Amino acid sequence: MSTSLLIVQTLNGLQLGVLLFLIAAGLTLVFGVMDFINLAHGVQYMLGAYLAVMFYAFTGNFLFALILALGAALLFGLLLEFAVFRHLYDRDHLDQVIATFGIILFLNQGVKILWGASPLSLPMPEIFSGSVVLMPGILYPVWRLVIIGSGLGVALVLYLLVSHTRVGMLVRAGATNAAMVSALGVDIRRLFMIVFGFGTMLAGFAGIMIAPILSVEPGMGDTILILAFVVIVIGGIGSIRGAFIAALLIGLVDTLGRSFMVDIMRLFLAPSPARTVGPAIASMLIYLLMAVVLYVRPAGLFPAKGR
Amino acid sequence: MAEAVLRIENLSKNFGGLRVTDDVTLDVMPGELHAVIGPNGAGKTTLINQISGLLAPDAGRIVFGGEDVTGLAVDRRAQRGLARSFQITSILPRFSVLENVALAVQARSGSSFRFFGAAAAEESLNEAARAALTQVGLGERETVPAGELSHGEKRALELAIALAMEPKLLLLDEPMAGTGRDETERLVTALRSLKGRFPMVLVEHDMHAVFALADRISVLIYGKILASGTPAQVRADPQVVTAYLGDEME
Amino acid sequence: MADAALSTSAPRRSLLAGNALPVAIFLIFALVPLFATFRAEAYVLSLVTRVMIFAIAALALDLLIGYGALVSFGHAAFMGLGAYAVGILSSHGIQDALISLPVALGVSALFALLTGIVCLRTKGVYFIMITLAFGQMAYFTASSLAPYGGDDGLTIRVRSTLAGFPIFSGDRSLYYICLICLLGAYLLCRALVGSRFGRVYRGARENPLRVSTIGFEVYRYQLVAYVIAGALGGLSGFLLGNATDFVSPAYMSWQRSGELLIMVIFGGIGTLNGAIVGAAAFLLVEEWLSGITEHWKVIFGPLLVLVAVFAPGGLLGLAARLRRMIRG
Repeated sequence: MSTSLLIVQTLNGLQLGVLLFLIAAGLTLVFGVMDFINLAHGVQYMLGAYLAVMFYAFTGNFLFALILALGAALLFGLLLEFAVFRHLYDRDHLDQVIATFGIILFLNQGVKILWGASPLSLPMPEIFSGSVVLMPGILYPVWRLVIIGSGLGVALVLYLLVSHTRVGMLVRAGATNAAMVSALGVDIRRLFMIVFGFGTMLAGFAGIMIAPILSVEPGMGDTILILAFVVIVIGGIGSIRGAFIAALLIGLVDTLGRSFMVDIMRLFLAPSPARTVGPAIASMLIYLLMAVVLYVRPAGLFPAKGR
Repeated sequence: MAEAVLRIENLSKNFGGLRVTDDVTLDVMPGELHAVIGPNGAGKTTLINQISGLLAPDAGRIVFGGEDVTGLAVDRRAQRGLARSFQITSILPRFSVLENVALAVQARSGSSFRFFGAAAAEESLNEAARAALTQVGLGERETVPAGELSHGEKRALELAIALAMEPKLLLLDEPMAGTGRDETERLVTALRSLKGRFPMVLVEHDMHAVFALADRISVLIYGKILASGTPAQVRADPQVVTAYLGDEME
Repeated sequence: MADAALSTSAPRRSLLAGNALPVAIFLIFALVPLFATFRAEAYVLSLVTRVMIFAIAALALDLLIGYGALVSFGHAAFMGLGAYAVGILSSHGIQDALISLPVALGVSALFALLTGIVCLRTKGVYFIMITLAFGQMAYFTASSLAPYGGDDGLTIRVRSTLAGFPIFSGDRSLYYICLICLLGAYLLCRALVGSRFGRVYRGARENPLRVSTIGFEVYRYQLVAYVIAGALGGLSGFLLGNATDFVSPAYMSWQRSGELLIMVIFGGIGTLNGAIVGAAAFLLVEEWLSGITEHWKVIFGPLLVLVAVFAPGGLLGLAARLRRMIRG
């Protein structure tokens, strides 16, 4: 275990955390304000990546691809809201689960039909494609720093929007008590649409930003969806602040855990069992964390609806 | 001197900076109907919640049947004979009226960890349930899904459920809330017929009912007991009249 | 306080007038092998065997979701545990069902007990998530079991035997074993639901506060139900391992747990019959559509959406509504 590895992995953990935050923010708001379980949030992340690949093929420019893809992702998200989700707001969570599960199946297969099953790639902009020397002996990809930076930037913007604008106040109020907000005469449908649209864009943005690093393939949203749910549950449903803290926590725990669990296990076990047990525990780490948090705080760390 | 069935000693509860229960001491003697009255927001439901175990007090003791139950869970207290009805109707809407009450009977009739044998066919449970329903005037409605009852009927069902528990103490949280005049009269009659069988704590706003039924009255204002005594004493107490009863008695 | 009442459950009384539906279902299952002799016997038998196996798991899940409002998103873990019990024991030369079945049931029940203790402290979506978490933990543990195949899974070379008799090895005999197990599971669940225990448990779904103020410790009843459901899931897994001669971590994936949920919702939650109907409908439609196109999910997905939007109460609820419309 070396310091440089520790630093690099910490940064990687932050990057994962920031990515998770982008996805979890939309998810926790939709859940908190609209009481809607959106399993399809993961495919919106995937769609962002695929749209970026497509627009890049048309324009040859990452920035244009980003903007066009974000717009298209937003449009698609609103279409989904209009066609499907709108009918399910008053329904039981189970109905929402089955509907959004169906959308996952549809879209995962859909991208396979349109773009094939093989992983695609999206090149990152030239200027960000290198590595930078952070400290002697530590070379870190610039693009990952861009992700961290843009993610934190988005977090800041979200924070300002939510705490300093009227819409933001309505969103926060809606997350605490949607019925009351509606009773006060606010057009709750429009608020829902705004929340939903924003969440969709955040997920799409995450997908676009990560595309140059990961491969773009069907089903890429599935694992990240589960992680995002873990984030919002630990953070507390409806709370952006909770999502932010939980996302960073999970990003760090997961990344550092995977890197160093075998070494940690070596402190207690012989090398061979450590190599078997280590990765298994590393994979489970965030779920163990969630179980512990829920045991102590059954409603998460910062639940919007209070404890 | 007879031992009090329920004794609350120096009970206190704060919500943030608000003192909702302020050093409350009161007792309930065997067979008596002890009413607790007071304006809205006085902390009456909070008091009931602490007695039944839904809320933990910040300080003080609750002694039931000679046993300190302050730390005991809701279901444990219920098993010891502490029954309650709720201010906001709390029944099992998709169960039939009969089954609502039969469940309460079941709690007192041996183990419920029986996995075979249809509970609905147990006549002993059904008989006892019917008896309780007849007491509150719901005898004819036993097959109706409880969710379909009228508001007053639901309040009566609440009472029947509590009765079926064969309570050693019955806590009634505004049983007449929102009921029309006929149903109120029915409930008053039912409660009057139950008087003496077991002690009751009655929280109510309806002053006619309170003065018709209560053996003793305690007045709760801003979480504090302002006065406690027989209906005549309380009615005459000048503090009570100015603070609460003045408008109510017009 | 009380979880939102599951308003999607079908009105039970109207459709289950008598027991016409379950009798019909089991009669059909019993007669399938007779008709299967005429065409593609092995295929039909294995398909319907699979339906019955998943129906057992779906029944257990309906016990949780439909009657207890406990939405478990980790139910597949129990199936996986049961299948791994068969697989692991078989790889060590132990095939006797008299050993492997109790082990499968025991391991699943134990897992249900330990995880249930933690999960049942939570409610609503938190419960869903924590059951998912435990399911994932089981999944990742199985993936790391290198001596038992890890991610690639474990081939079960020899199926279970009963005191030496290879009754699990023939298509037909396995079919009837599964049918008997399904019937047993169904009757068990029916009895449970109508028993004293079931009354308290169902009451806790309606209004847990009320039930506790009557004197029942809700947590304990829910835990018992959770363990029973886990054991039934283990039974289902035991049979699945034998039917597929294979077990892998994928048997415990969250996607599998999701599919189980879909099956129960598809059929109609809180009816028990719905669990069987839903499992059958899901697997048969899946089989039929995948025969038409490799991209069958693109059709199946929207179908699920339509069911969710237009048929709350699932297929059984839909049938009940149709009957009401026909009767006028």
